[in-house]
Amino acid sequence: MKYVSEFRDPQLAQQLAQAMANEVHPDRLYRFMEFCGGHTHALARYGVLDLLPSQVQMIHGPGCPVCVLPIGRIDMAIEVARRPGVILASYGDTLRIPASKGLSLMGARAQGADVRVVYSVDDALQLARTWPDREVVFLAIGFETTTPPTAVAIQTARREGLRNFSVLCNHVLTPAAMHAILDQPEPVALDGLVGPAHVSTIIGSRPYEVFASDYHLPVVIAGFEPLDVMQAVLMLIRQVNEGRAEVENEFTRAVNREGNARAIALTDEVFALRDQFEWRGLGSMPHSALRLGDRYADMDAELRFALSTRVVPDHPRCECGPILRGHKRPQDCVLFGTICTPDQPTGACMVSSEGACAAHYRYGRHQADEVAA
Amino acid sequence: MSDIPSTAAKPAYVRPLDLKHGRIDLTHGAGGRASHQLIETVFRPAFAQTWPGGWQDGGDDGALLPDMPLTPGTAGGKLVMATDAHVVSPLFFPGGDIGSLAVHGTVNDLAMMGARPLYLSVSFILEEGLPLSELQRVVQSMARAAREAEVAIVAGDTKVVERGKADGLYISTTGLGQCRPGVQLSGRLAQAGDAVLLSGTVGDHGVAILSQREGLRFDAPIASDCAALHGLVAHMLDTGAALRVLRDPTRGGLATTLNEIAVASGVGMQLDESAIAVNPTVAAACEFMGLDPLYMANEGKLIAICAASDAERLLNAMRAHPLGRQACHIGHVTAGPAGQVRMRTTFGGQRMLDWLMGEPLPRIC
Repeated sequence: MKYVSEFRDPQLAQQLAQAMANEVHPDRLYRFMEFCGGHTHALARYGVLDLLPSQVQMIHGPGCPVCVLPIGRIDMAIEVARRPGVILASYGDTLRIPASKGLSLMGARAQGADVRVVYSVDDALQLARTWPDREVVFLAIGFETTTPPTAVAIQTARREGLRNFSVLCNHVLTPAAMHAILDQPEPVALDGLVGPAHVSTIIGSRPYEVFASDYHLPVVIAGFEPLDVMQAVLMLIRQVNEGRAEVENEFTRAVNREGNARAIALTDEVFALRDQFEWRGLGSMPHSALRLGDRYADMDAELRFALSTRVVPDHPRCECGPILRGHKRPQDCVLFGTICTPDQPTGACMVSSEGACAAHYRYGRHQADEVAA
Repeated sequence: MSDIPSTAAKPAYVRPLDLKHGRIDLTHGAGGRASHQLIETVFRPAFAQTWPGGWQDGGDDGALLPDMPLTPGTAGGKLVMATDAHVVSPLFFPGGDIGSLAVHGTVNDLAMMGARPLYLSVSFILEEGLPLSELQRVVQSMARAAREAEVAIVAGDTKVVERGKADGLYISTTGLGQCRPGVQLSGRLAQAGDAVLLSGTVGDHGVAILSQREGLRFDAPIASDCAALHGLVAHMLDTGAALRVLRDPTRGGLATTLNEIAVASGVGMQLDESAIAVNPTVAAACEFMGLDPLYMANEGKLIAICAASDAERLLNAMRAHPLGRQACHIGHVTAGPAGQVRMRTTFGGQRMLDWLMGEPLPRIC
């Protein structure tokens, strides 16, 4: 725990806040996107936003695997879960995402589908061993961090001869989403990016260099402790002030330039790039997600159950899309806190514990009250 | 020796319960001889010890209680009744088991109303296949907890359901207690300016259960804080402090319980995160699982809201009791915004402390 408390030292936080206040230019705005929902929550949960200078504006990015999963993919999961003999294994957050026809995976479960909550892909594998006469489908979601464990599970199933295990693959790629944000027809004005540390422990810092060179955008890869995020913001302020645009690594305790070669090789071995994949809020993007590679096609649930993706529009008044693209804040959505709450969510940004709307609802609503007062 | 042959009918042979290897089956819940045997072998010997005057042989469905006033030497305050169902899994965990939990849960519900717990009734739902040895362990643990809490288990019921329809066993307990005259505590009575006190560390029970359920092992074992709080409450009431609210932050944890009080009283709250104690191992486990200890269940802690002028006196009294040694003043009640609990973080920023949403789940990545 000492390792954690070192990154939550209130005195250090005050020193960092003072350093930021000293270094920001009073007449300019610093607009930084924290890509990952983990950063969004660290900022809100520890009250870090109150410590940032008024010149610094944090913009929430699309880095939450639950939030970027479009309705069509949930519909697909529900469709397979309703097949006779199927057990669908899913992370808990995913169960509550509203899908078509007023359904969700939780709703489908109440209607008789066998949907089980798992904490890891290993739990799904164990279900397959326990129920050899049933088809166990693992609803795989997540960025580069969760992909290697899925790959290990697929290889384990192959090695053990588990013929009743398959994966409905929704693994997505961080750099592709960053490109999509920066290449929008109406780009968000940004002065820097806080890069996700967990992802970088796998892919390293090299994939972000293109953003520094081609977009002249400072990038700092940061851990998820509140002091990590504050340190990263200070490093971004310094880059902006000095006119630099480089990839810097705040999370040197676990991230290097090249990443985890073994995890990358494993991912390459098991998965292949999809030509296109639809992201919630960002639309269809080429080479932005993974499917099972041809050698493991027999464990691809989409092929095994002949599933096809449908494009399903979001609720007409739901602003998850513009929020995920950085164009709007949670409190800008007319549904926020009225008909869209964590107990009865309309959009995925409110469903996911990592979502921007959930973070603002849980930790930051008082700011809106104070402004109104 | 008499030469008159015995005419007494030979008693029907009943195979003794094999408490070591036997298992619950559907006959134990059918209300026949097997049910009776279970009661006589497992429940009666244990629970009779909690109330020597009770458990008469009438086979009655209810217990006849002594005349009021129930509490010797008092004029007789209001009666309080509470009921609680317990479905914890696993049945046994570090620091307790479903039996002690079923006693402490209802004892604490009574105590939070300022009542001295007097009587409990208990209802068991047993799953076919449950080892009798486990049932006996649970029952003996209940009896021990009841004796320690000086509460009598006076009535009960047993049902057995088919295998797969319950998680081993479920226990419901209903309790009857009596307030001291003049004591009135309610979640509706918090007032702006009042002090918010907490009796100790938060999250121990929830993390003990979760780590056991997920098979997680930590360097230092995490034990549930499961305990009966009526002794601590009596000690607090003895001070004569202007107590408005007592509440044990069970499911939903400290954060959710404070939100419930804020809504019921139409007040706000302002807390200080640095004053809220968390056992370092619990904090580390929560960090590991991506959970917040402020939302984890407790079974041996209480929140007290009292007049600010009495806070110091009450806090000293709490700290003088074994279950309140780590008591802390964690914040105060504000006039508004109504229903909002806010917290000054250790960093010096402000955040909301909202209700628990859904089940606490470890994060995905």
